[in-house]
Amino acid sequence: MAEKLSYRDVFFNPFSKNNPVIVQILGICSVLAVTTKLEPAIVMGLSVIAVLAFSNVIISLIRNTIPTSIRIIVQLVVVAGLVVIVSELLKAYAYDVSVQLSVFIGLIITNCILMGRLEAFAMANRPWPSFLDGVGNGIGYALILMTVAFFRELLGSGTLLGFRVVPQSFYDAGYVNNGMMILPPMALIVVACIIWVQRSIHKELQEK
Amino acid sequence: MKPLRNFLDRIKPTFQPGGRLSAFGSVYEGMESFLYNPRTTSAPACAVHVHDCMDSKRAMIIVVLALMPCFFFGMYNTGYQHWLACGATTFPFFDLMIYGLLAILPRVAVTYIVGLGIEFAVAQMRHEEIQEGFLVTGILIPMICPVETPLWMLAVATAFSVIFVKEVFGGTGYNIFNVALVARAFLFFAYPAHMSGDAVFVASDPIFGFGPEAADGFTCATPLGQIAASIGVPGAVTGINGLAISRWDAFIGLIPGSFGETSLACVIIGAIILLLTGIGSWRIMLSVVAGTLLMGWIANEFAVPTYPASYIKPLDQFLYGGLAFAAVFMATDPVTASRTNTGKFIYGFLIGVVAVLIRTYNNGYPEGAMLAVLLMNALASLIDWVVVRSNISRRKARLKSSCAAKP
Repeated sequence: MAEKLSYRDVFFNPFSKNNPVIVQILGICSVLAVTTKLEPAIVMGLSVIAVLAFSNVIISLIRNTIPTSIRIIVQLVVVAGLVVIVSELLKAYAYDVSVQLSVFIGLIITNCILMGRLEAFAMANRPWPSFLDGVGNGIGYALILMTVAFFRELLGSGTLLGFRVVPQSFYDAGYVNNGMMILPPMALIVVACIIWVQRSIHKELQEK
Repeated sequence: MKPLRNFLDRIKPTFQPGGRLSAFGSVYEGMESFLYNPRTTSAPACAVHVHDCMDSKRAMIIVVLALMPCFFFGMYNTGYQHWLACGATTFPFFDLMIYGLLAILPRVAVTYIVGLGIEFAVAQMRHEEIQEGFLVTGILIPMICPVETPLWMLAVATAFSVIFVKEVFGGTGYNIFNVALVARAFLFFAYPAHMSGDAVFVASDPIFGFGPEAADGFTCATPLGQIAASIGVPGAVTGINGLAISRWDAFIGLIPGSFGETSLACVIIGAIILLLTGIGSWRIMLSVVAGTLLMGWIANEFAVPTYPASYIKPLDQFLYGGLAFAAVFMATDPVTASRTNTGKFIYGFLIGVVAVLIRTYNNGYPEGAMLAVLLMNALASLIDWVVVRSNISRRKARLKSSCAAKP
């Protein structure tokens, strides 16, 4: 890294100023796929936090022994191992959610955030800051995931975490759930709205 | 008209920067140039361009005028279908018109209030003049939706499409997609139960206590909906009273459907107005017709019972549904269509082809005109790019060959 960041910045920057989804634009595909309901989104966020934190630490520990020419393969192996562990844990303890998430837990391997953080940070930093970076980016990703899922579940199904939130009297008065919210295009538009709000707060992030 | 002009001039300073109501400057500007020609076109001293009064505001107003036959017929037809549903045998003209007016007026009001509200707010935020683009959009949206669409849905869809299709791209003239069609597409995908099926196209209740009471639970799908839902070779399409709909009725437009799109006759009148004034592109209209007829003919030649809509005769494609309306009022939208002349032919032709393809080979979507126009909106600039590039390379080749011919 060019400039030296404090641990604090390493941990907190990914929340907003350097958010993996809405600033680095990584991991968009899973944001579209797993955010129709809040519950799978939370589980997905936690899984990514865990995988990202541990893979960052492991890669950081062995970063000086990895030959540069095969580093991507080594990174993939580490990530794949962790993802399999997470996937098995979910199947054992949260079977319903893991069925809902179906292939997307497995696809964490291909989530761009993973490779991005490993390449950009863990390969060049010591284990502790790498751990912070992994957790920070994971939380940044999970925050966006949960925000998108919140709006999509609320407006698309009228529920939150499976509990009915929109009162029956609304439906009696003619309110109808927005079926478009369940469809992937709306996830993109919700992400776009988040980016919109965030860019108008942090003017320095606005692209020229 | 003089007192109005004087009044506008008198209150003008209030809205100028520094005036008491300067926050509403763009509202004033919008109203003034709506009523009078803008005075701020290029000054005579530096007039290198010839201006006539045919600015985009006049163009929009002519489009609205061209829509009027469809609009008035929609009012009549809304009343007619309701009376028919109630089992009436006489159809008093003025009662039908009043009923239709009561049905459509709140919808037009809602779209204009929501859409113009957003436009005014954005114009004020950006310190720009108010653009007149919503004039046409605001009347199109209720015309292409079923008459039973709840008002709040119209408001949500209008807000969505004005913000996400127009304003974020930079306002009037910068939108990639047709704003009115996106509003309809939003409704179609967000609230499918209210935008298709057999219960939404005919007004079922008296409005403000006006009109006869209908029997409970009557349903009637649009002709295309009936055809798509039929099994095997479709029989004759029927009206709400169970009698077959003749071709003449379909041409005049006395069929269930979205408010303004049912009448081919009125669409043709509108098309003539647009063509005579030079506002609609004849290239696009003609090529949509050509594309529809060709694809309709192919589909009809290879008609199979799996796709009942393939039994529609090529010319009948225009009688039912919104394809004719879309060809005249949607496809010719100068902002979202292709700009080059060759591009217009390709653009229109593909709209016709895709619309019939969707109608015929996807029984879930009885009407494909909306999706066809939106798809081609997305491809319009690509078509232009191809046309321009091929023109450049053709001329380059000609230059090369003429250079080679010379010693």
